[in-house]
Amino acid sequence: MAELSKQAGKAEAAGQREPILQVRNLVKHFPLTQGLLLKKQVGAVKAVDGISFDLYQGETLGIVGESGCGKSTVAKLLMTLETATSGEVLYKGQDITKLSGRALKAVRRNIQMVFQDPYTSLNPRMTVGDIIGEPFEIHPEVAPKGDRRKRVQELLDVVGLNPEYVNRYPHQFSGGQRQRIGIARGLALNPEIIICDEPVSALDVSVQAQVINLMERLQDEFNLSYVFIAHDLSIVRHISDRVGVMYLGKMAEIGTDAEIYEHPTHPYTQALLSAVPVPDPEAREGRERIILTGDVPSPANPPSGCRFRTRCWKAEDKCAEEVPLLAVPTLYQGKDTPAAHASACHFAEEKPSVVSAA
Amino acid sequence: MTTTEKTEGAAGSAPQDAKKSAPLLDVRDLHVEFKTRDGVAKAVNGVSYSVDAGETLAVLGESGSGKSVTAQAIMGILDSPPGRVAGGEILFHGQDILKLPESERRKLRGPKMAMIFQDALSALNPVFSVGNQLGEMFRVHQGMSKKDAKAKAIELMDRVRIPAAKQRVNDYPHQFSGGMRQRIMIAMAMALEPDLIIADEPTTALDVTVQAQVMDLLAELQREYNMGLILITHDLGVVADVADKIAVMYAGRIVETAPVHELYKRPAHPYTRGLLDSIPRLDHKGQELYAIKGLPPNLLRIPTGCAFNPRCPKAQDVCRADIPALLPVTEQDGTELDGRGSACHFWKETIHG
Repeated sequence: MAELSKQAGKAEAAGQREPILQVRNLVKHFPLTQGLLLKKQVGAVKAVDGISFDLYQGETLGIVGESGCGKSTVAKLLMTLETATSGEVLYKGQDITKLSGRALKAVRRNIQMVFQDPYTSLNPRMTVGDIIGEPFEIHPEVAPKGDRRKRVQELLDVVGLNPEYVNRYPHQFSGGQRQRIGIARGLALNPEIIICDEPVSALDVSVQAQVINLMERLQDEFNLSYVFIAHDLSIVRHISDRVGVMYLGKMAEIGTDAEIYEHPTHPYTQALLSAVPVPDPEAREGRERIILTGDVPSPANPPSGCRFRTRCWKAEDKCAEEVPLLAVPTLYQGKDTPAAHASACHFAEEKPSVVSAA
Repeated sequence: MTTTEKTEGAAGSAPQDAKKSAPLLDVRDLHVEFKTRDGVAKAVNGVSYSVDAGETLAVLGESGSGKSVTAQAIMGILDSPPGRVAGGEILFHGQDILKLPESERRKLRGPKMAMIFQDALSALNPVFSVGNQLGEMFRVHQGMSKKDAKAKAIELMDRVRIPAAKQRVNDYPHQFSGGMRQRIMIAMAMALEPDLIIADEPTTALDVTVQAQVMDLLAELQREYNMGLILITHDLGVVADVADKIAVMYAGRIVETAPVHELYKRPAHPYTRGLLDSIPRLDHKGQELYAIKGLPPNLLRIPTGCAFNPRCPKAQDVCRADIPALLPVTEQDGTELDGRGSACHFWKETIHG
């Protein structure tokens, strides 16, 4: 109970704060073309199809979903590495999807990214010092030229690497150390937001915990906001203040970590949580597992209405006709229960037996 | 054909009595090393484990712990050179298969033991249809005609619940989704109904909802054919869900063995305890995660004594000097715990303290 009221307090505090990043109806369609010379558009892969969420200062928003649900595309859109088809990404009230040139460059300084694979995201021909110092070449105002080497060494120290390693190459480091280098590069420009796309998935179990601890320490130290994209539900729960669940380009459910993990109301979230193997053999007898049939449909041709209906056990005719909106379910509206959080399902309801210790 | 019958006869007749009591697969003190430019990497340093028919053994370990290399040595698909089996025995149905000539081992692979690989897309041949690849098992090992083999392939695809098997039998691997490809891999391994299946990270590349489907299928087929299953993984969650017993590997050695429930309740090795503690838990939210300090060792320079000692919170002088043997773990009063062993000088303190 104490935990719940604490959570509510946190949410309230978040409500008063101004969000640092507001995403409104973000859409990204990749065109499918036919023909070599006269490219005719024959359709589109609807990778991200109308997503909205807020990110507050100093918080971690976890985004979970299976491969192909569009979570990495969201990361690229937030970084403006891809141009959005439509929708807005408001950074402190300014729409960054419309920016270009100098204005975009200024904003980008404040939004940095840590990539999934520390083996391919570091240039093997550059020394660690060059990799971490490269952002200073683009944004020279952050560190004057004579000061850079010292800054790089400070950054290495901050992420727990020996500052004397500046002249080494990436291949001389292990996976966990490389991810620390990636994080140091992300921190170089003192950003306010760091987008982490599966930052620990490629690491060994015993090293994952080290990197997660580092990220949490840095968040406290520099008051960073994280968008933490991952498919490992237990790690997302550990690090996130709020969690959004994505399915096929749409947000299925979003709420605080306790709301999502203990009181999921969307059938997809319930299935996802129940499918996670729990590292406790005692638990395997007691819990109900929902095993979904089939695969995720193609985002080039998503089902009408609710996108999850083809695999959902609750699906009715209404689900094929009407797209469910991401809102607090009518069942729980105005009620003071943790189930009262946004869920994009016509028949959103708690299912107590699937809640696990994930 | 005659040679096949002969080997089967030889395998069956020699240890006829032993066959009932001996386990299906018994690996004894296996050593595997790789020659590299920088020296000899000792990937497996004296691994012993056994699997019975119908039993699931999970081999748990990080990358470089030697879990996959052990499996490759059992299957006889080790890259050699540079790899070579430097010592030990692998008894399959009581017979040491390391002593068999390559032509005989080839006859074991498929009909007697089979392997499921992690990455189905690179394990399947992209230029042959899946029906062709599934049928190959029957054509090569049983001399079936192309037509019969294809019919068998459809039957197999049905059994692993690939929808519309008849229409899809001529499709190529890239036309299937990740989960479906893994099903094809499973079908291929099951084709000749082997006694032993080795699954090397079968679901690591898959999404959780698909992972659950595939693991369920694997467990069901195992029950149906009463096969021995070796499941190689680094995921403590997957292990808890399906295994009967667990062997935890570190730097080419087994550091702990235990029945699945026991291991999670009371680990008897600091490494196992560290792995379990580093899983994020509900009641630890907002706190720092427990992290095993340091990195897994370089196999060219395995630390002296216990390989885990540089990372171990309990390490004493004896850990840096002597390699701990895998000894049976007992209760405080000395009663033996069935199937439990720990290779730690201080297992008593770890489990009871």
